[in-house]
Amino acid sequence: MTSAALNASLPLLALAATSVVVMIAIAIKRNHAATAAIAFAGVAVSFIRLWPASAVAPIQVSSLLTIDRYALVYVGLLLAATAAVILLAYPYLENRSEHKEEFYLLLLLAALGSVVLAASSHMVSFFLGLELLGISLYALISYPRIEALPLEAGIKYLVLAASSSAFLLFGLALIYVANGSMDLTGAASPSTSGAMSVSYLAGTMLVITGIGFKLAVVPFHLWTPDVYQGAPLPVTAFVATVSKGGVFAFLLRWLHAGSGSNGALLVSLTIIAIASMLAGNLLALRQTNVKRLLAYSSIAHMGYFLVAVVAGGSMGSAAATYYLIAYIVTILGAFGSLVALSSGGREMETFEDIRGLFWRQPALASVFTAMILSLAGIPLTGGFLGKFYVLTAGASATAWTLVIVLIISSTIGLVYYLRIIVAMFSIPEEPGTENIPRRLGITSGLVLGLLTAALFVLGVYPAPLWNAITAAAAGLG
Amino acid sequence: MILLWLILIPLIGGIFSLLVPAKRAQLSRWISIVAIALDLILAATLWTSNSPSRWLYEFDQDWIPQFGIRFHLALDGFSLALLLLTFFLGLMSILASWSEIEERVGFFHFNLLWVLAGITGVFLAVDLFLFYLFWELMLVPMYFLIGIWGHGRKIYAAIKFFLFTQLSGLLMLAAIITLAILHARSAGAYSFDYQALAATPLSTGAARLLMLGFFAAFAVKLPAVPVHTWLPDAHTEAPTAGSVVLAGLLLKTGAYGMIRFILVLFPGPAHEFGPAMMTLGVIGVLYGAFMAVAQRDLKRLVAYTSVSHMGFVLIGIFSGNRTALTGAFIQMISHGISTGALFILAGALQHRMHTREIARMGGLWQTIPRLSGAGLFFVMASLGLPGLGDFVGEFLVLLGAYQANAGLTAVATLGIIAATLYGLRVTAQVFQGPNLHNWRLPDLVPREWIIAGSMMAGLLWLGLYPQSFIRMFESISSRPVLNITLIEGTTR
Repeated sequence: MTSAALNASLPLLALAATSVVVMIAIAIKRNHAATAAIAFAGVAVSFIRLWPASAVAPIQVSSLLTIDRYALVYVGLLLAATAAVILLAYPYLENRSEHKEEFYLLLLLAALGSVVLAASSHMVSFFLGLELLGISLYALISYPRIEALPLEAGIKYLVLAASSSAFLLFGLALIYVANGSMDLTGAASPSTSGAMSVSYLAGTMLVITGIGFKLAVVPFHLWTPDVYQGAPLPVTAFVATVSKGGVFAFLLRWLHAGSGSNGALLVSLTIIAIASMLAGNLLALRQTNVKRLLAYSSIAHMGYFLVAVVAGGSMGSAAATYYLIAYIVTILGAFGSLVALSSGGREMETFEDIRGLFWRQPALASVFTAMILSLAGIPLTGGFLGKFYVLTAGASATAWTLVIVLIISSTIGLVYYLRIIVAMFSIPEEPGTENIPRRLGITSGLVLGLLTAALFVLGVYPAPLWNAITAAAAGLG
Repeated sequence: MILLWLILIPLIGGIFSLLVPAKRAQLSRWISIVAIALDLILAATLWTSNSPSRWLYEFDQDWIPQFGIRFHLALDGFSLALLLLTFFLGLMSILASWSEIEERVGFFHFNLLWVLAGITGVFLAVDLFLFYLFWELMLVPMYFLIGIWGHGRKIYAAIKFFLFTQLSGLLMLAAIITLAILHARSAGAYSFDYQALAATPLSTGAARLLMLGFFAAFAVKLPAVPVHTWLPDAHTEAPTAGSVVLAGLLLKTGAYGMIRFILVLFPGPAHEFGPAMMTLGVIGVLYGAFMAVAQRDLKRLVAYTSVSHMGFVLIGIFSGNRTALTGAFIQMISHGISTGALFILAGALQHRMHTREIARMGGLWQTIPRLSGAGLFFVMASLGLPGLGDFVGEFLVLLGAYQANAGLTAVATLGIIAATLYGLRVTAQVFQGPNLHNWRLPDLVPREWIIAGSMMAGLLWLGLYPQSFIRMFESISSRPVLNITLIEGTTR
């Protein structure tokens, strides 16, 4: 390995090393604060190493990983999200009875898997990253192992994720049969003079199944509401952001490597996008649990991303990336607010729990409201500009069906976002209930403050980030 | 820079009145008064200035260069007149809610000031992206105003209002984006600038579709029948200040958008669809008036008169001649004042009587003669009594529309007869007759005197000296950019 390649892969290596250090530290002495600090420091070091890495980018590290600016943008995003989850999880775990330390170990491993996905240029590294992410998530989702809901969610995720991996593996095998290559560029386009062989087409569809499962798009979304509801809140935040972000980065790279010109693939992605937007928003209407509601809303949001993905071109991937960044900030803020609310031990997740929140904890409720407005795509928030870019990408590609469905379904979505806001602003019947105003912890306060700031910066001053993203996306080819 | 301050002052004032501790609620009322009065004074100082260029004042700043989006505010006579209306009605609505709003006063005024800031932005923005941003931004605080301080089915009304506006707004956003993309294809670079987009060559089909996208948003806000159904609910359940802002200002943003954007960006389709739009307007005039006659709830009645009056505005805008367009403009201003005043009176009655049922009223003249007298004045203004603002507007609209389409105009005139019906019904059943329910109520307090007096003065001014406002409007209606439509309209 050359020194350049070493430099480029150091962010990933740092993350892997940190997980080993955390493991050893736990073996020496259990200490929650120290473990969390090590994990956070590891993520921070890995994040700092992105700049030296970008100096040598783009570079191919072995045949498995490509470290280019596109990968680095995504790795940075995923690392930042992981750091936010660590900070949110610390006060949350502090009040719980389980062993707390292994949580960080699993979190780091899952983050590593996701980061590998963002950088992978080969089907093997894709599968490795996906499995590393998935297996860590099985344990994370059912981390409070004495409770029924997390266990149920964990098992559901285990069974479905394992079977989707099997589909994916079979799909990879079929693509290999057709093309004789597992390399992304080789595997994407059929080698035999343009003719779409049946096995190639079938393989592609099976790969879409695997990716669709992780992204939780219709019809592979069935696990989402149960896992979102059952998993501990920080894990839900992680599943909604880091896990999807990595897979998403890979999907864009895969499409750019040549599959984007595959007509059948685009048609199926279009159908998936339309079904996700409509089904996600319609099913969310009936929810009374905020976590389940956000699960369905996430299905709809994945549909919005796919609009930009299908629109294609450098505009499409840049728009999708911008949307993803805005979405990750927003959803981390939304779950972060719920985590901060739930520091008493019980999870605050129903509409009853947040009723009248604005009059009890105005700061926290304002943050949550801002996040919900961003999900709804109201101006000044990142969510609005994300939607604007997606609409622009869709309209540039004259994908009118997708644009119209997006407009209609996001109006439907408004109904349930407004219901959350109504609940928070409704005037409580009896003042002075057991939810006395609590002070936010330092870490949660810091994270939520930063996320809110980021939300408005994304919504008001997008120019620098947009430049960086378009430059990175242009490098995809 | 001064234009930016017009928006910033209410925004900052809103934040300050939110931060005031709950015990010193009076302070947040005063902060709001001062902020809006400051804006009114600022806007009034702009009035005198006359400039030969396209805009009286401009504020232009790079924002999102990749898409040619600029933070571009500009002011001409048309927007200035609407800004004066905005700040005037803003003051009135703060005064009107002085004793009505007792709970969460700081947050109430925060929302009220932010709505006003959003409306100011709508009237000033000449970058279409910025325009859409303000267009959406005024929704959220309005939603809170209705949803938190409203009456009865306030949540239902607030959500309905939000959904109607949001869906139509997104259609407009799609049209704006498409227009910018078409501009980028022909000119090589993205731009959301109003004047740049007006010069974009469009195929007939594209222009038609894009115009309908814009029209969807503006027709919902105006409102035009059949997308008016949010209006009676929202107006009725909103607190007084909310109703005043909704009827007086939010509806005007729809009409403003039609004149500012549809007529200029899509002159061809605007002319082509003219008769259809005028028919919609006539339907609105008659439907609103007849529905108003049949209402039992006083605020709901006033809400339906808005549908009727805005129908005249729609007719005026799409008649394609300058007289009718000027009439629509005068009608926008005077309807803002007269309907705003009626909502304030309905609110004052509700505050005193705790009911809005017309059947529970009657004979109020015996107990509250001054309020009843003011009521009679504003009802007369609303049904178009000569000498008051609404008469000038409706007269000019009908005069101009007659040249464009005599048949439709004749039918629209029936709306004035229906207006007399509902107007007289209000006077007869609310204020006159025997005091069957033995109401004993306090009459106008000095604060309400100020409100009623200044609104009466405004209506008289518009009715007796409309030229002062018409001149402001002419400063743009005679400019080449709007002439395109008008010439096309008259060479039938």
